[in-house]
Amino acid sequence: MKNNNQFSANHIKYVKRIKKENRIVSISRFALLFFLLGIWELLAYTGIIDSFITSSPSKIFTTIIDLFINDNLLYHVGITLYETILGFLIAVAFGFIIALVMWWSSKIRRILEPYVVVLNSLPKIALGPIIIVWCGSGSKAIIFMAVLISIIVAVITMLNGFLETDENKILLLQSMGASKIQILFKLVIPGSLPTLISMLKISVGMAWIGSIMGEYLVSRAGLGYLIVYGGQVFKLDLVMASTIVLCLLATLMYASITFLEKKIIRFK
Amino acid sequence: MKKILQLKDVSLTYQTIEDEIYAIENLSFYCNEGDFLSIIGPSGCGKTTVLSLIAGLLKPTSGTVEIDQKSPDPKTGNIGYMLQKDQLFPWRTIRKNVCLPIEIKKCKNQLDYKYADELLAKYGLEKFKDKYPRQLSGGMRQRAALIRTLVSNPKILLLDEPFSALDSQTRLTVCDDVYKIIKTEQKTTVLVTHDISEAISMSDIIIVLSERPAKIKSVHTPNIYGDTPIRKRESKDFGVWFEKIWKELHT
Ligand SMILES: Nc1ncnc2c1ncn2[C@@H]1O[C@H](COP(=O)(O)OP(=O)(O)OP(=O)(O)O)[C@@H](O)[C@H]1O
Ligand SMILES: [Mg+2]
Repeated sequence: MKNNNQFSANHIKYVKRIKKENRIVSISRFALLFFLLGIWELLAYTGIIDSFITSSPSKIFTTIIDLFINDNLLYHVGITLYETILGFLIAVAFGFIIALVMWWSSKIRRILEPYVVVLNSLPKIALGPIIIVWCGSGSKAIIFMAVLISIIVAVITMLNGFLETDENKILLLQSMGASKIQILFKLVIPGSLPTLISMLKISVGMAWIGSIMGEYLVSRAGLGYLIVYGGQVFKLDLVMASTIVLCLLATLMYASITFLEKKIIRFK
Repeated sequence: MKKILQLKDVSLTYQTIEDEIYAIENLSFYCNEGDFLSIIGPSGCGKTTVLSLIAGLLKPTSGTVEIDQKSPDPKTGNIGYMLQKDQLFPWRTIRKNVCLPIEIKKCKNQLDYKYADELLAKYGLEKFKDKYPRQLSGGMRQRAALIRTLVSNPKILLLDEPFSALDSQTRLTVCDDVYKIIKTEQKTTVLVTHDISEAISMSDIIIVLSERPAKIKSVHTPNIYGDTPIRKRESKDFGVWFEKIWKELHT
C-alpha cells in the first residue's frame, strides 16, 4: 500500500468523491427503510390502514420479542435452519457428483438428459402428496422437498460449467500425457469454481423455497409453519414477524456464500 | 545430422456421421535435430491435424510417425505443445503454471522443479513467478507458456499458430523472443502458421501444404542472412522469398 502523500491531488480528490458517494448510498438505504417503516407505522397508528390486516412495524417488533420469550422462536428457527441447510448440503453434494458423472461419461449424460429435462420442468410441489405418503409428515418430508427442488438446478448449472471447459486447455494437458482423472482435478474442477459458487447461490435460494413450501404442506414447527398458522388464525402480526425473521436468515446464508466466494477465488 | 522426426506416407481420415473427411493424404517429410521447420497452408487444410499426429494425440489411419524411431506417446514428455493463445490457467500462479507438466508426470523429481526455477530466472520471469497470468503483459504470458513447454525437456516443440492472438506489434517482438529462447535451448521445432513472413523469418525449412486433403506442394529452405526474425525481415532476400511462397500458396 502506498501512503497518501505519494498520490497526486487529483487522485485524493477522486477517492474522496467515491467515498462520499458510498456514504450517501449507505445512508440513503437506511433512510429509505426508516421512511417506509415510519409511513407504515403512522398510517396504522392513525387508523388510515387497518393494522389488523396490515400489521405495523411496532407490532411486528413486539411480536418477535414475544415469540422469542414465550413461544420458543429459536426452536422454530432451529428447525427451519436444520431442514434448509441439510437439504441444501445434500442437494449440492449429490448435484455436484451427478454432474461429475455426467461430464465423465457422455453416454451416461445422453441417457440421463431427458430425465433431467422432465424433472426440471415439473413443478416439484405437485409431488407433495407423494412425498408425504413416502416420508411421513415430519422433517424428513421437508428435507426431501428441499433436496428435490434444488438438486436439478444444481446438476444443470454444474454440468454446464464442467462442459464449458476450454477444449484447447484439455488438448494441452493431453499433450503432456495427462489422464482423464488429472484433467478433471487439474483443470475441470478448479476451472469450474466460479460456477460452483453460482451453483451454491442458486441452490441456497431453492433450498429455502423447498423447506418453506414443505413446512406449508406438512409441518408442526418451523418458520413456514408459523406463517401458515398465523394466516389461518388471522394473526397478521405473526405472519409478518416470521417473514421478517425468514428474510434475515436467508440473507445471512446468501451472504456467507458471498464471503466464501471472496475467500476461494483469489485470482480474479 | 540425426533425423529426429519422420513421417512416412501418413494419411488421416476423420469419421463423422454425415461424412468422411480426408484431412491428410500420403504425407511424408522428416526433420533433423535442431531444425526449425514450418508448415504453412490454407486454413482448414489439416495443419493442426499434422501436429496432433506428431504429438501422438491422433493415430494415423495409415503410414507411420516416428520420433527417434519410436511412435509418439504424450506420456514420454518428448514433445512440448504450444497452442494459440498462452492457455495459462488463470487460477495458478506463473510458477505453478510452468510446473504443470511436472505435476502431470508420474514420477516427480525435485530436480524438475529446480530446472523450472532456473528457466524462469534465465528468461526474466523470476520476479513474476508468484503473480497470476492476468497481471502479466501478453508478451510475458507467451514467454511463460513457452517455458512451460520447455520444463519437461522435450525433444520437439510443436507450435500451433502461437502468435495469432497477439496484435501485430507485440507479435513481432514475441516472435523474436520465442525464437531466441528456442535457439538458446537448441530445440527442434515444428511451427504451424498461415503467416508467410512469420514462417520465412523463423524457419530453416518451410513445407507448403495444398488444400485439404493436405499434400506437400513444395519445400523451401530460405537461407536468409540475419540471426533473429526481425533482422531477417530486414534482409533484401526476404521479399524475394515472400513473393515466391505467396505465389505457391495462391495458385
Ligand atoms: N475431430 C474432427 N472431426 C472431424 N473433422 C475434423 C476434426 N478435426 C478437424 N477436422 C476437419 O479436418 C480438416 C483439417 O482440420 P485442421 O484443424 O487440421 O486444419 P488447420 O489447417 O489446422 O485449420 P486452421 O487453419 O483453421 O487452424 C478441417 O476441414 C476440419 O474441419
Ligand atoms: Mg489449426
